[in-house]
Amino acid sequence: MADTALTSATALEDADRRKAWGFVAPALLWTVAFFVVPFAFMAAMSLWRREGRDIVHAWNFDNYIRFFSENALFRGLVNSLEITVIVTVISVLLAYPLAWIIAERVPKRLQRMALILAILPFWTSYVVRSYSWLLVLSKNGVINQMFMTIGLISEPLELASTRTATVIGFVHFFVMLLTLTIYSNLIQLSPNYRRAAADLGANAFQTFWHVVLPLTLPGIMTGAFLTFVLCIGDYVTPQILGGNNELVLPQIIMLQLGRRADFPMAAALSIVLMLAVTVAYLACARWLKIERA
Amino acid sequence: MLRRIFASVLSWTYLVLVYAFIFLPVAVLVLFSFQDGRLPVPPFNGFSLQWYGAVFADRKLMAALGNSMVVALVSSVVSVLLGFLAAYALARYKLPGSALQRGLLIAPMTVSYLIIALGLLSLMNALHIPLSLMTVGIGHVVINLPLCFAIIYASMGDHHINIERAARDLGANDFKVMALVTAPMLMPSILAAFFLSITFSWDEFIIAFLLSRFDVTLPVEIWSLLRSGLNPKTNAIGSLVFLASVAVLLILELSLFGRTKKQ
Repeated sequence: MADTALTSATALEDADRRKAWGFVAPALLWTVAFFVVPFAFMAAMSLWRREGRDIVHAWNFDNYIRFFSENALFRGLVNSLEITVIVTVISVLLAYPLAWIIAERVPKRLQRMALILAILPFWTSYVVRSYSWLLVLSKNGVINQMFMTIGLISEPLELASTRTATVIGFVHFFVMLLTLTIYSNLIQLSPNYRRAAADLGANAFQTFWHVVLPLTLPGIMTGAFLTFVLCIGDYVTPQILGGNNELVLPQIIMLQLGRRADFPMAAALSIVLMLAVTVAYLACARWLKIERA
Repeated sequence: MLRRIFASVLSWTYLVLVYAFIFLPVAVLVLFSFQDGRLPVPPFNGFSLQWYGAVFADRKLMAALGNSMVVALVSSVVSVLLGFLAAYALARYKLPGSALQRGLLIAPMTVSYLIIALGLLSLMNALHIPLSLMTVGIGHVVINLPLCFAIIYASMGDHHINIERAARDLGANDFKVMALVTAPMLMPSILAAFFLSITFSWDEFIIAFLLSRFDVTLPVEIWSLLRSGLNPKTNAIGSLVFLASVAVLLILELSLFGRTKKQ
């Protein structure tokens, strides 16, 4: 079959190839013009400097040196990493049992329903989702009012504008995402593995620890990596829920832009953000099968 | 036996608790959108639709809603079209450097929206291109094109090649083959890509925030509403967006699920 395709193709090859380039060109051009070029421009700009209202094409690493030496800036990266790691770990720990229960305990015909329900709040407006946690956590919000009514506390707790609030908002979002990725991994597991483990004398816990968990690790890692990328790059949730107490990197980037119009510094911080994601990618690359979509 | 019951009770309790956590903020949002009073927090003063009235009377919100719809629709059509053409070329022809091309087309997926927005903003500034809905749309195609390409490319099965060849033998030219044979065969994934793009673009904040000036989209307008503090009007518009998104999700689910069942 390949032979006939080849012989009939030789005459048309050049015309065909030109046509194919024509089909793929618009997408490539768009990506180059609006993604590669802006990104390269930003990388170059991170080596420039803002002076007064102008941007000086200075070509040095001053912005990066300033980032590592100025505590207010470097602290942003530390905060970002801390929050992202906390969120990723809590989300995995919460989502795994949920995915397992949906896959194992919920009757087959209801599983699809259970999943749709679990991700339904995904579809609220992104900005509104963070805001709605504010209604729950604020001083006169649902939780404080409830605790005060039952007499658990006498003074409202300071829940909003804290790191805890940011973590809760993020975990809420990522539990849904991770439940999906882990569930799809769990239902692909053949029950034979578990039967074999049981036949060989493993108890339920041993089966889980030595068989099920390692086999679902790719799903966990894919989900965890997605969580890491989306969490560390997000501005909305920390800004609405965390307030201005412990700034994360995206908040500092937006501050450089909005308040100081310091594009070169914002660009340098963005490159730092990119590097953090790249390191995370390399760290879980052996489990990730994202590129073979 | 007892252990079985205990494990079962434990898992159902866990399920209920996590679902409660997932639905708590949304439930509070919707409940207090009906608040008869100025604050969307307890106590609940009684049922009122005044805030929904306020939303529909807000000309800025309605304009933002219209802008969001236009941007989502146009950018999704462009993303699907470019993604489909690229997927067709890379799946059906042997092009030099095709792995590199695929990598390039997927690459924006791995970069956070803030960085994409910042890059575009710097470039637009440098070239003195004014910010508008158009620049927002350009940014949205950048984030949705990889998704559309990946979804459609993954569904370009080899078994479709023979059907396309048959169409060509019967005298159809490339565009006829693509429009009348390939696209209909791939319709489920094309629609999935299209609707996903719409929901992403419709809800996207940071690109819309940085790349728009006067014509803002709905998330950006909601963002500026937040500056006035907790407000039942924000709850009302949030509940409406939730409802609209769930409706789109249901249409997608029913139409695509119905299709796969038929096949």
